[in-house]
Amino acid sequence: MTLLEVRDLTVSFNTADGVVQAVRGVSFGVDAGRTLGIVGESGSGKTVLTQTLLGLTPGADISGSARFDERDLLQLTEEEMRHIRGERISVIFQDPLTSLHPLYKVGWQISELIRAHDKSVSKKDAAERAVELLSRVGIPRAERRVNDYPHQFSGGMRQRAMIAMALALSPQMIIADEPTTALDATVQAQILDLLLRLQRESGTALIMITHDLGVVADIADEVLVMYAGRAAEKAPKREVFYTPHHPYTKGLLESIPSSSAAGDRLRPIAGQPPSLINLPSGCKFHPRCGYVMDRCLSEEPDLRQVGESGFHNSACWLPAGAAGLSEEAEELREEAVHEERGEAAAEVAEAVAADVPGVAVVGIEGEGAAE
Amino acid sequence: MPASTGPADTAPVSTGQPVALEGILEEDVLVRVEHVTKHFPVRAGGLIRRTVGQVQAVDDVSLVIPRGKTLGLVGETGSGKSTLARCVAGLVPVTSGRVIFDGRDVTNLSRRAMRPVRRDVQMIFQDPYSSLNPRRRVGAIIGDPFAIHRTATGGERKRRIQELMERVGLNPEHYNRFPAEFSGGQRQRIGVARALALRPKLIICDEPVSALDVSIQAQVLNLLADLQQDYGLTYLFIAHDLEVVRHVSDSVAVMYLGRIGELGPRDDVYDTPRHPYTAALLSAAPAADPDTAAARQRIILTGDVPSPIDPPSGCRFHPRCPKARPLCSEQEPQLEPRLGDAPTHVAACHFPVEAGEDLAAAAPARSEVS
Repeated sequence: MTLLEVRDLTVSFNTADGVVQAVRGVSFGVDAGRTLGIVGESGSGKTVLTQTLLGLTPGADISGSARFDERDLLQLTEEEMRHIRGERISVIFQDPLTSLHPLYKVGWQISELIRAHDKSVSKKDAAERAVELLSRVGIPRAERRVNDYPHQFSGGMRQRAMIAMALALSPQMIIADEPTTALDATVQAQILDLLLRLQRESGTALIMITHDLGVVADIADEVLVMYAGRAAEKAPKREVFYTPHHPYTKGLLESIPSSSAAGDRLRPIAGQPPSLINLPSGCKFHPRCGYVMDRCLSEEPDLRQVGESGFHNSACWLPAGAAGLSEEAEELREEAVHEERGEAAAEVAEAVAADVPGVAVVGIEGEGAAE
Repeated sequence: MPASTGPADTAPVSTGQPVALEGILEEDVLVRVEHVTKHFPVRAGGLIRRTVGQVQAVDDVSLVIPRGKTLGLVGETGSGKSTLARCVAGLVPVTSGRVIFDGRDVTNLSRRAMRPVRRDVQMIFQDPYSSLNPRRRVGAIIGDPFAIHRTATGGERKRRIQELMERVGLNPEHYNRFPAEFSGGQRQRIGVARALALRPKLIICDEPVSALDVSIQAQVLNLLADLQQDYGLTYLFIAHDLEVVRHVSDSVAVMYLGRIGELGPRDDVYDTPRHPYTAALLSAAPAADPDTAAARQRIILTGDVPSPIDPPSGCRFHPRCPKARPLCSEQEPQLEPRLGDAPTHVAACHFPVEAGEDLAAAAPARSEVS
């Protein structure tokens, strides 16, 4: 059952420098008990997207809809939203030290959260519940640690405490925004393990926002790849990793060190992410794309079905069948580029190739002329 | 107990050399770290500050870096990897031990005596936002080394700065811009250009790409590889990302709570990790491949890294180790070849991991032991 259905969400901010187009028409759904991984680099809009759902982007111009359990989250009053936040949807942020109040004991912060949403719970019951939650997330000797202040907790324990708070009111959905980025690898493994186990126990839906493809490969069911405020690709996990269609997704996968043999040259994406104030024309990825074609310069593609499963969507003008890392797929892409790249796109392609040494650009360096 | 292969007079190459330097001549060694220990005093009290303890940030570490090679230094927060790097760079005095750079003992030299060495040892820092002065122009930042070491002036300096900018992939016309006008990846290139200015022999890279997005990370890693090849640079490369370290390193040292747990050629350490901590670290690193991720048995370590003020007895890893036995808390294991490994691959573990051993199964149930 679809728990959250986001349609055409657009978020922009008016700033002194101009309008920041943080999110531009993103749609997706999350089912109960499933995990959606939202991947993107800095400035891709992944955080603004989820904060908007929770009413945490004051001053933003918002359009679109976000149906959660029969109601549109974007239409709720602040008072109504307060009951959704924490009770129905809770959030885990990246940095647990700044999300916990430094002057209050950890246990008090949890029990206060419980009592803020339900006045009928006695202080004693709430305190007991705090102990129970902390031990559920694996804090040793929880009955004593509830009396600690946040600084007495290690980074991993603080993140566990944040997860305990997120679970406190048994929400239907948890949004985790880079929850393990500040943690060491072995602690990250513990936290991911914990999140998965808790999700399995309670059937909560999880939205995992991350820049780390490894985290997504580990725990997501569906993946949404964002670029410059838009969905570049949306598909079940395996299709994103094994048959990526969008050149940005493909580029991300190819640029991680484990995709090249140790010591070999890495295959980076050319250029830099665009400014959200001054976005390029057409497809926002075209100034960095090795497959740039003429129409990419002027027309922005929408998500459309590609591949074979029926659930794989990509916002790219390359042929729908050209998904994957196989030679056949690459040939299909090259063919399309060969046919549809005119002079204008050829110029862009040359700039892409010149930007970073070693970037693969179709039609350049003897792979068949572009003109 | 020292983490060396044995007493000084019987060690294969020289004092405290854990790695037998087969095929590496003495003159091919650029950096030699011998029994380096760095303790920071912990003080308490008001007016009269008394020392109440020592943070044992680095404890009896020995290693070598051959010329033109990269040593990857891996470890979690508080493992002492950055402190060790600062000891090598001469930025903090060592408590005991020796640092030999290019055949010369540079341990705790005076500022004046250190000066010529500083030209040869440069650093690249993690955060390209805080390591560049936001109020100075990029040209001036990159030109600082020339000014400090009085090597190039006026038009000559500008020409060399612009050459450097071009070399690291920045537009030389942006000479007069401020750091804020550059993206994270470009800022890291500025840091690289500055480090490169005096043609150093050693560059210490302290998490140089961990603040960058993946696509940009690859650009900077490629640049570092090109520069190493063109200028014969030697790198001490610190990172917590094991995939990045595997990619750039010739040999790898794994640190835990101030000590080296395992050290050896890259493929040996990654393919047959002997220390359970190395194995756990490798199994915990997220793989960007769903099938690998699903098939992998993660070794979930219990608890957190203990405090370096009061490290555990014996093997410092024993409270979190799935293979720990009574001996581990009593006796400190030596850093030596285990299970018939080559003399270059050493691990400090009484019960080293065998190839194909299932550590995940050996791990205790999740109930956390503190």
